[in-house]
Amino acid sequence: MEIKKTAIAGTLESSDIQLMISQADSGIAIDLQSDVKKVFGDQIEAVITTTLNEMGVTAAKVKAVDKGALDCVIKARTIAAVQRAAETTATPAWEVL
Amino acid sequence: MAENEERLRRTMMFVPGNNPAMVKDAGIYGADSIMFDLEDSVSLPEKDAARLLVYEALQTQDYGTAEMVVRVNGQDTPFYDNDVKAMVKAGIDVIRLPKAESPEMVEKLDADIAAAEKEFGREAGSTHLMAAIESAKGVLRAADIAAASDRMIGIALSAEDYTTDMKTHRYPDGRELEFARNMVLHAARAAGVAAFDTVFTNMDDTEGFYRETEYIHQLGFDGKSLVNPRQIPMVNKVYEPTEAEIKNARNVINAIQEAKLKGSGVISMNGQMVDRPVVLRAQRVMKLAKASNLVDEEGNYLEK
Amino acid sequence: MKSKVNRELPDELMQKLDYKPFETTEIGHPEIQRVAPKVHVSTGDDKIVDSIKQVVADTVKDGMTISFHHHFRNGDFVFNQVMRVIIDAGIKNLTLAPSSLTGVMNDMVIEAIKAGTITNITSSGMRGSLGDFVSHGGLENPVIFRSHGNRARAIEHGDIKIDVAFLGVPSADRLGNANGMEGNAVFGSLGYALMDAQYADQVVLLTDNIVDYPNTPASIKQTQVDYVVKVDKVGDPDKIGSGATRFTKDPKELKIASMVNDVITHSPYFKDGFSFQTGSGGAALAVTRYLRQAMIDNQITASFALGGITKPTTDLLNEGLVKKVMDVQDFDKGAADSMHTNGNQQEIDASWYADPDNKGAMVDQLDVVILSALEIDTKFNVNVMTGSDGVIRGAIGGHQDAATGKLTIISAPLVRGRIATVVPDVTTVVTPGDSVDVLVTEFGIAINPKRTDLIAVLSNIPGLPVYKIEDLQKMAEKRVGTPKPLAFTDRTVALIEYRDGTIIDTVKEVKD
Repeated sequence: MEIKKTAIAGTLESSDIQLMISQADSGIAIDLQSDVKKVFGDQIEAVITTTLNEMGVTAAKVKAVDKGALDCVIKARTIAAVQRAAETTATPAWEVL
Repeated sequence: MAENEERLRRTMMFVPGNNPAMVKDAGIYGADSIMFDLEDSVSLPEKDAARLLVYEALQTQDYGTAEMVVRVNGQDTPFYDNDVKAMVKAGIDVIRLPKAESPEMVEKLDADIAAAEKEFGREAGSTHLMAAIESAKGVLRAADIAAASDRMIGIALSAEDYTTDMKTHRYPDGRELEFARNMVLHAARAAGVAAFDTVFTNMDDTEGFYRETEYIHQLGFDGKSLVNPRQIPMVNKVYEPTEAEIKNARNVINAIQEAKLKGSGVISMNGQMVDRPVVLRAQRVMKLAKASNLVDEEGNYLEK
Repeated sequence: MKSKVNRELPDELMQKLDYKPFETTEIGHPEIQRVAPKVHVSTGDDKIVDSIKQVVADTVKDGMTISFHHHFRNGDFVFNQVMRVIIDAGIKNLTLAPSSLTGVMNDMVIEAIKAGTITNITSSGMRGSLGDFVSHGGLENPVIFRSHGNRARAIEHGDIKIDVAFLGVPSADRLGNANGMEGNAVFGSLGYALMDAQYADQVVLLTDNIVDYPNTPASIKQTQVDYVVKVDKVGDPDKIGSGATRFTKDPKELKIASMVNDVITHSPYFKDGFSFQTGSGGAALAVTRYLRQAMIDNQITASFALGGITKPTTDLLNEGLVKKVMDVQDFDKGAADSMHTNGNQQEIDASWYADPDNKGAMVDQLDVVILSALEIDTKFNVNVMTGSDGVIRGAIGGHQDAATGKLTIISAPLVRGRIATVVPDVTTVVTPGDSVDVLVTEFGIAINPKRTDLIAVLSNIPGLPVYKIEDLQKMAEKRVGTPKPLAFTDRTVALIEYRDGTIIDTVKEVKD
């Protein structure tokens, strides 16, 4: 899936994560801010990366501000951000869910 | 109507669908039904995000034995189709249709669910539905709406929109809702489905909340829609059977078992025949007593 | 060497500081020799001093131990004024030994450490930037954390020998008769400061309110006081009340509180004349409310409530549901005011409250106590000191002391955000599992397997699911995932004393 524009999903409320996805030339670069980065940083980045891979996103810049989100929230916000960035919100990728 | 083995539906707790903290914790309060909302509590630009959040939560979080309900966006919105598809794929128990005004709307939802069940390989008929009555039109057609689908498990009165439609607003005594409440309740009973009363939003008015809940309990509603988990123990308290009711119900159940053992079709208690409504009421009392932690596994009353 | 809770302790440091590892929660009946302070004899007419500068010049010398109390909490104006003068005077190598450190003191402590003014600290706890600074190795010598009861013990033993105590009070007369109840910035009980007043060689009172002699009721007495300094303001009354004392509307906290109440009311201790300590914090206050109803319904009254006091507790006193309130500190203005008006609310010092080496401390008479936890592990060990990142952000307070109560309940959510509260091993052991009886979470309770009596009475209560603590730990991990282990260096930045003065655990420098 191609990132066409910069898009945001999620909020800065407790238990949420806000993701900003924008275009990149190649590869996936994640900039993560989180109070639990020491203990869950790798896991958070893994969920984002796996979800991007499943959606066929190979190049993207991701800025993530985590407020203690669980994996299911991270996945949901990643999908929402990618669909918004790829302008496919109205036609969701059912197979990724 | 859907297979309707008298499930307890005292409390249906509303949970805003785009709030991860509330979605995550929805299972800990002991609500009989949990209703994730994709409609009024979610702003237009966040409809996609809420749908995805509820979907992922349903895949991963443990909500125990609660009945899982999702309120989708209305059929006149561009979100309805994807809401229904996503929730059927997620394996939701019940889809709640807002602003139901005609049996045709329910029939459409039924067909959309059937198509989605097929598309995503869910068992045909496994997804139930319910309808919210929120207007004068809806109230007047409540009976047809309640009977419009085999998937139907219940209908709910939604008083905020209804009172606006009626050119009034909500009053503490609830008299403006008398007709609607009775229509919805009768429609539900005639169709053999559950009836849910509307929400009570003033969290500071505990007395008012009890008054309203006792009133709708007296009318015969299955339960109430709730906006705050703190209301759950209050509703459960109103629906608690009394010690005398429990002991009487226990006698009826014993009489049934005795009749079964004797191979007799006639159930009698203290020399009098027990008819079917009495049996049904006894079974419901015992179910409520168990849910209220008033009896042990064998049905013996526990002294408080 | 290892403490009995299986924590490795640094041999060299233990030897150097002459410490023994924690062995047991049993105190036994040792014979103790207490110390006595030096007395500079005075007839009392020369105590008033014009400025902090002058009193510091007269009293504080390099290498001394100085102390403060934390009854003003985040409304404290005394600590920073005094430390400013001490730093500016160029005094070095002080040991700072306050009853605890609050957020408003953080910047000044860090400055004093950097200036070499403070080189040792003992405290109940620390939070925020100071905890961060110490956890990153900012202080060369390890901080020694002591509970309130243990601080009293250490002072009486001479383990903490206070040279000068700077004690802020809302009212004092010219000879130093003082209390915490009258004046502008009132906080009620002076419980922790009473130790300093009794045992420090030199006692300096600071007040913005010098009243006519003699000032009564006198909590601190003229027989103990060397100097009285008039300052503009001792504190901000709006910030003295800790924010954690409002009644919660959080449904999760209420759920936990109602289950705590179920545990208490179904326990054998819930009978006429029982005693309890609830502390502060949302769930604890809600418990007090539930408990009130249960006491009314069952026609039960409590003989006393103990510890840090809040308004919901003094309300019970005024209603007659609690006969006496034994008050070592007040968490809000309501409780502070009530001490003034209700003769059954007795001010107690930290020794009376919780000192293990005593002829009987009040915690020994306590039936039911509700405590919080940052973490609790499958051995029921509790951490109230370090956060999920391994950084110091807490205080022992009376945790270890009150946990000696007959029914010690830890009330805590299973998870906070993405951080599990119930874990395989706590980061830092503060209170040993041996003194903890029941854990209450929003999902259910776990009972210490040693308490077979409690397992018998609490196991079949409708609506109160009982789990093994290992199962609660797994539930938590299933929800949040498995965290990566924290990384620390070998350097010890803090020692955690058990209440008897042994070492139960250490805090290591965090590796970032």
